[in-house]
Amino acid sequence: MNMVVCVKQVLDPEAPPASFKIDANTNKVVPPAGVPPVIDPYGEYAVEAALRIRDALGGKVTAISLGVNQLRDVIKKPLSMGADQLILLEDEAFADSDSWSTAYALAMAIKKIGEYDLILCGREASDWNAGQVGEGIAEILGLPSVTLVKKIDITDGKATVERLTADGHEVVEVPLPALLTISNEIGEPRYPTIKGIMAAKKKEPVVWKPADIGLNPSQVGAAGRRTKMLKLFQPVHEAKVEIVAGETPEEAGANLALKLRAAKIL
Amino acid sequence: MAEYKGVLGYCEVSDGKLTAIATEILGCGRRLANDLGQELSAVLVGTGVSGVAQEAIAFGADKVYVVDDPLLKDYQTDSYVAVMEKVVKQAMPQILILGQTSIGRDLAPRLAFRLGTAASLDCLELSIDPASKRLLQTKPVYGGNAQAVFTFSTEPQIVTIRSKAMSPLERDGSRKGEVITIAAGLEPPAIRTKMLQKVKEEVEGVKLEDAAVIVSGGRGIGGADGFKQLAELAKMLKGAVGASRPPCDNGWVPTTIQVGLTGKIVTPELYIAVALSGSSQHMSGCSGSKSIIAINKDPEANIVKLSRYAAIGDWKKVLPAFTNKVKELLAQ
Repeated sequence: MNMVVCVKQVLDPEAPPASFKIDANTNKVVPPAGVPPVIDPYGEYAVEAALRIRDALGGKVTAISLGVNQLRDVIKKPLSMGADQLILLEDEAFADSDSWSTAYALAMAIKKIGEYDLILCGREASDWNAGQVGEGIAEILGLPSVTLVKKIDITDGKATVERLTADGHEVVEVPLPALLTISNEIGEPRYPTIKGIMAAKKKEPVVWKPADIGLNPSQVGAAGRRTKMLKLFQPVHEAKVEIVAGETPEEAGANLALKLRAAKIL
Repeated sequence: MAEYKGVLGYCEVSDGKLTAIATEILGCGRRLANDLGQELSAVLVGTGVSGVAQEAIAFGADKVYVVDDPLLKDYQTDSYVAVMEKVVKQAMPQILILGQTSIGRDLAPRLAFRLGTAASLDCLELSIDPASKRLLQTKPVYGGNAQAVFTFSTEPQIVTIRSKAMSPLERDGSRKGEVITIAAGLEPPAIRTKMLQKVKEEVEGVKLEDAAVIVSGGRGIGGADGFKQLAELAKMLKGAVGASRPPCDNGWVPTTIQVGLTGKIVTPELYIAVALSGSSQHMSGCSGSKSIIAINKDPEANIVKLSRYAAIGDWKKVLPAFTNKVKELLAQ
């Protein structure tokens, strides 16, 4: 099984909401001081899904990431988790991509990789929450896809997957090669072992520029966008909380009920 | 070449009825169509969906496209994208609105890439820019920490809307409209996936999306047992139990009760958040609640700041006292 997993470096989504700031002049997020970026969580679940398949069936896992200023300690995490290879699409020209220009560049890179049975992506990245790149890649490469996947079984050149729905899940069979987008229900990503971290230190990522995947700088990043962002802003929440007093937690609990009754909420 | 014109709403049908999100799509589509001075159409895709066409008209559509075919019994990417490509080429809408559901999330992006246009998913607000007449699409980004307004110049402009973000029109059974049938024209081999089974993970009691009261627990609940106490309170208030992501990931509760950006979007009258920090991604799912109240040991927790009332302390002590008092008050 040859697998390609798409990952991405993002601002840590677990950083406290209070540390989230936008620079209104540039329409960009200001990275919070002292909080290093991370691999996008859903991408990490996708890496885990690929590693489990390799553990069971053997094969090769190639992680691929598009971006600028990708910190090696961060972006090598798929390697330290156990991926065999890391390819970085890294160039200034890739900056400010949207779903279209990202999917197009990743699809061209996957074409260059050539042999694959399965392409895995996270269901959506925690920065732009676009949720489109996986299917974009599938459409450009002409592959069948299943999104929101929580379980994968591979047998006889086919994947049988469970796909999340509002009231449960569906069991869907898809022939390989195929693209799947992975949800967190697939199971917790493994922690890198010391051995894995040491091995990752020795592996250098392969870096591809636009020309390496047959693209002009005008076809990638901001230049290759289809969408335009007019405004980025933080919604205003009214700060109006009333802390219900009480000598003890029990009293506070009882007073909370009385307060709700008085306010006609109960 | 024909010009792209009008608004088309992709309306999901469930158990022979128009879904709530479909009526919201038609409500918002009607407003946008009126702003543009153009028509609103609806499209129904599935098996045995023709009967719902009049309902779509009653909720605001001028025209309804129906694609009714036995091969469309279940949503599958290949078949539905092919059908919608055909519908769009015939209807030529300037704007196509879908719901942010397990179908819309899958269909909208793939269709956008197929048609060479773009899409914005999970929109909270849609409006027509008075100058350019393009669609302004406001959606949450950074897990709900921020919102962004997008626009694009390709057509159709495809969006999905978040459930309960838009209002439906009042149903008007006297409204008249036109129904147009489109043949699916599918060849079975073109559908590469196979639907083997559909599994409903039913949760007892009131459905989260319909509940007037939701008692939701977070990581601090600590295990499946703790959720029984939340269920007791929820039952007393004729409400439902919800959860943030950690309890679902830990298997304490089924994933179907997750509230948040990647779970359910709920809008109850009362949302009681117990031992739950209030991450932006969770708040995306419940910020439309009329009143949020928090029980949390940390007065600095995000959920406390976003609540109307909060009681500070260990939930194991606060909640039983709260529940007892509520019981007493309800008995009066």
